[in-house]
This record gives sequence, structure tokens and C-alpha cells, in this order.
Amino acid sequence: MDAGLAIDVHGLVKRFGSKTAVDGVDIQMPRGEVWGFLGPNGSGKTTTIRMICGLLRVTEGEGQCLGYDIQREAARIKSETGYMTQKFSFWSDMTIRENIEFVSRLYGLPHMRRTVDETLEKLGLAHRQHQLAGALSGGWKQRLALAAVTMHKPQLLLLDEPTAGVDPQARRDFWDEIHELSLTGMTVLVSTHYMDEAERCDRIVYLAHGHKIVEGTVPEVIEKSHLATFRGEGAGVRQLAHALKGQPGLDSVAYFGSALHVSGRDAARIRSVLDQNSSGDVTWKEVRPSLEDAFISLMSEAGEDAREYT
Amino acid sequence: MRGPFASLRRIWAVVLKEAVQMRRDRITFAMMFGIPVMQLILFGYAINLNPKHLPAALVVEEQTPIVRTLVSALKSSEYYDFVMQESDPRKSGDLLARGEVAFVVTIPSGFTRDLVRGDHPQILIEADASDPAAASGAVGNAQAILTYALRHDLKGPLASLADKGPPFDLVIHQMYNPEAKTSYNVVPGLLGVILTMTLVMITAMAMTRETEQGTLENLLAMPAKPAEVMLGKILPYVAVGAAETAVILITARLIFDVPFVGALWLLLLGVAIFVVANLALGFTFSTIARSQMQAMQLTFFFFLPSILLSGFMFPFRGMPEWAQTIGEMLPLTHFLRIVRGVMLKDTSFSQLQQPLLALCAFTGVVMVIALLRYRRTLD
Repeated sequence: MDAGLAIDVHGLVKRFGSKTAVDGVDIQMPRGEVWGFLGPNGSGKTTTIRMICGLLRVTEGEGQCLGYDIQREAARIKSETGYMTQKFSFWSDMTIRENIEFVSRLYGLPHMRRTVDETLEKLGLAHRQHQLAGALSGGWKQRLALAAVTMHKPQLLLLDEPTAGVDPQARRDFWDEIHELSLTGMTVLVSTHYMDEAERCDRIVYLAHGHKIVEGTVPEVIEKSHLATFRGEGAGVRQLAHALKGQPGLDSVAYFGSALHVSGRDAARIRSVLDQNSSGDVTWKEVRPSLEDAFISLMSEAGEDAREYT
Repeated sequence: MRGPFASLRRIWAVVLKEAVQMRRDRITFAMMFGIPVMQLILFGYAINLNPKHLPAALVVEEQTPIVRTLVSALKSSEYYDFVMQESDPRKSGDLLARGEVAFVVTIPSGFTRDLVRGDHPQILIEADASDPAAASGAVGNAQAILTYALRHDLKGPLASLADKGPPFDLVIHQMYNPEAKTSYNVVPGLLGVILTMTLVMITAMAMTRETEQGTLENLLAMPAKPAEVMLGKILPYVAVGAAETAVILITARLIFDVPFVGALWLLLLGVAIFVVANLALGFTFSTIARSQMQAMQLTFFFFLPSILLSGFMFPFRGMPEWAQTIGEMLPLTHFLRIVRGVMLKDTSFSQLQQPLLALCAFTGVVMVIALLRYRRTLD
């Protein structure tokens, strides 16, 4: 195994009863990078992250995280990773300070008082430290959670949809912090649904139905999708969208703001479909596909999710 | 929606929703239907307010036809089960202190001779009155049973004795609780009951709360071992148990005037083991239950037999054998022997070894189950 890899897992499979949540995922992630983990809801992102940090037993497959075996050395992995859960999982009935103190005690951090004070100061919550954590807004909860899971200076940070339901400014701040942490040498794997966030990652991994569909840098992923995309603008675009959906040759028809993006594998075929359904005031122009075009097309290709969740 | 039926329709919508959710929760469903039936049958047969077949020791210093008549009359009354014949009164006293027998019946030597002479010899019944309810039937009926039995023997030359009332004196010693105050029995028992209820419930909630609020995932992701989490969750409640014990003991003394004749350290030792036993059990419940509601239900499922089959409310020895076997598995049963023994009977450490060991064994087994059931992962 390569010592330069933070995560090195092969053929991870997780079954819950007869349901397969993750089906043969390989990830080789070098240390020090920021990777994005993408895919529709229920694609197996959370399950994969949980297997990597030892929260779920692996049904099949093997691998290492930070050089420790994910099946046998979960305890050591836990002490060197920070895992931020999708749902806020700190104690709402404890104050901000009490939460931070609890975490620092559990990890046995030295100079607890000072460490806690510094963390609160850096977080910008020093003046609210005696408020209950449950009283914080969504954005602040996420920042508190990030501060708490990075207090022990983990080598690897696993973030599970950290910015879901957070306002745009808070998201931006949150990502600035992630990049700052990355500059200190921390490896970060973050799952997200937001394209702008995906574009801030060194590499992205796209999962669907428990399979890894594609992996690479943003241009690589767009390249690998082999898409041609046309952008239509004009007053009649809304009526047109309905007519275009489901036409042969079109992988996806989706709004981007007020414009319509139509993507498919074959540019000529798209052009002919567009010609047949022309509407006077809509103008079409071939554009470079964006990451979102690539994902919408990947998602529609992968078909409907048939799995169940408990 | 408007009109007179709109409200009914909305009520109906809520009714349907509740019914669906009720059906989903298997444990609740079992608690509502299966368990009441089981408990009805269990407790209906087990509880006996007029206990018979209580274990008794017999100290008979002579064997004559009249003595045999008296003994067999006590036996056939079904109140007394003579489980041992003892000639040494000190040993029989020890049996009483340990609670192995509820009565010691003593018929002294020279009894028959004195009876025939019309000297009204004594028959002594020492009853363990620390549980007055258990003793009352057997003690209250003894005079009638014995007098009636002698009627057949007092014939011919002895017939004259029969006319002048009972030819013997029945002396009853209500041991440990001469005034037969029920509070002497109930208040120490309540110490055990209150500790059981509060401690099992609090700890049963402890882990399920983490599951319900989603904080368990966080706890599991941090480097704390199962045993560390378990001890950490149990220890604060040991202090709660200690405080409760102090309050109850002081109240027992000041308000209920319950005597305390034994060694305090021995009682505290018993309390300590008992508290840990209950906390470990509560923790085990919380590894089984999926919600706080289920944890609560499990607690009550355990609490009911603890009250009814432990000897707290009804005489333990008065229950059928199988119910006593169930009772022996409950920590409260053993704790009641300790607390009543120490407070009312001055029972010694060596006499209490058995219940103390039983509590330790219970704690050990439950802790192992808890650690095995504790989920290190989210599977």
C-alpha cells in the first residue's frame, strides 16, 4: 500500500440485509488534497464515509485509512480523523463551551482550558459560549461542528454534506475554512450536492446506486461525460422545455436560471431535434458543458434509485 | 374543509395516522397486548394474600402421642411446612435471622407430663414478624388448630382437661417487630423499590437518548471505548442512588420511626452493589431499546415483577415454587433480604453472604450482556 495515500480502499461493499448500499467502491486518495464526494441522495456517499472511518462494518472489501486497516484498527482511525455528521450531532442541551470541552476531554487534549478558549475565539463564538448549542442557527451549528471535529488536529477530515441547509454566505465562509485547514496539510473528503463546492475540490468522485461512476478533476469529469450542450434563451423557452423532455437523443433538459440547457452525446442529433421543435423567439447556442450538465446527464443515465433506507 | 364534518374528518385522519404508527412499533404493540395477558396469568397465580406452606423449624424435645398430634395438626393446617427438625434452639434462631424459616415452633420437654397434670405447659411459636402479613395467618390460627387437634386425644381420664379451655399456653413471639407494624416492613422495602425504579429508568434513557437525538453517531466517531462510555454513564447515577438512599433512611427514621438494629456499613455495602446492579441493567435496556419510549416500557416490564414477586408487597414464601424461582432472579428480592435483615434483625455479614453474592452475580451477568450489546458501529 502506498504511504502517500490517506484513503486506500478496494471493492468496498456494504449490505443491509438484502439491500446493497455500496457495491464495490475503490478510492485512492492522496494525503493533503481536498476531494468532493458527489452523487444523488442515497447513492452511498454517507455509507462509504462511515465505512472509511470505522462507523460501519464492511461487508466485503478491504482497505486502509491513514495507514490503518479499516476493519481491525477502527479505534486508531477514529483518533486521527475528524468526522462531521450530516445531521448536527452535538449535544443541543449543552452549551457551546460544554460541547467543546467534552470533545477536548475525550481526545485528551493538553492545556484544555486554553485550547477551548482558543477554539471558541477562532470560531467567533467566545461571546456566546454559554448559550445552548441547540439555539444556534444552521450555519453556526455547522461551524461549531467543524471546530469540534478539528480540535484534535486530525490528519483526515470527513465531512458529510456539511453545508446542507446553510445560507450562501455561510457556505462561502465554511469553504474558506476548509481550504485553510487543507493548507495545514489536512486531507479533506467532503460530500456535497452543490456544484460550486464541487468546483472548489481538487478531484471529485461521483457515486450512483452504490457504484463509482466517474472520478477526476472537474475538466476531466466534464470531458469523460462526452456531452454536447446547447443553451436556449428567449421568452418561449418554458413551453419548449415540456416538448423537448423525453425526446430521443436528449439525455437531459434542465433549467439554468432562465435559460434551458439541453445535453446529449451526439451534437448533430440534438441540433436536428431542436430544429424540429423550433420556436420563433428562442435562440440556441452550443456551449461548453458545465459540471452540472455532466451530473444531470450522469444521474439520468444511472436511472432511478431502487434502494430502501431505514 | 368546512362544515360540521370537517372536524370529524380531521380527527379521523389523526386516528388513522396513530394506528399506523402504533402498528410500526413492535415493542409497544407487544407491551399492549401480549404482556398484559402474560402478567395477568403470572401475577394472578403467584400472588397469595393468605400465604400457606411457609417454611418452619420444629424444636421438639420429647416424642409422645400428644406431641405428635399437635405437630401433625400444624402440618395438616398447611400453614406450616416443617422443613427442618432442630434440637438446638440457637441454630433455629439463626435460621429465622437468615429468613430461611418463617417460624420456629418449640415444644419443651416435660410438655406431656405437665399437660396431663393440668399445669398448662407452654408451646412457643417464634414468628419472623419483619413481614407481619406473612406471619399473621399462621400465627392467628395456631391456637384454634392446636386446641381442635387435642380434642380427640383428650378422652377418658383426660376428658376433664378438655372442658376448661385449652390445656396449654400458646406463647407467640413476634420477632424483630413485636408490634407487627407494617411500616417496619414496607419502608425499608421502599428503599429498594425506589432505587430500582429511578435508577433503571434513568440509565435506560441514557443511551437511547443519544440514539434518538442522533448524537450516538458522533459519540461512536470519537475514540471512546464501550466500557468507558458505560462506566461514564453509570457513575453519575451512583451518586444519585447514594443521595436517594440517605434521604430514604433519614425519612424512615424520623417519620416512620423504623428501627435500625444492624450494622450501617453492611447495609451500605448492600446498597452499593444493588445500585450498580440496577444501573447496569438500565444500561443494558438502553442498548436494546430503539427509542426512549421503548426504554420506558422495558423498565416497567421489569419493574412490575420486581414489586410483585420480590416479597416487597406479598410474602415471598407464600408464592408457588415457580414464582419464587422467578423472584430469585430479581435483584430486589435479594436486596430486600439484606435491607430488612440489617435494619430489623441485625443480620450479620456471614448470614447475608448469599443475597450479596446473588447481587454480584446479577451485576456481572448484566454488565457482560451490556458490553456485548453495545454497538461500536452504526450497523
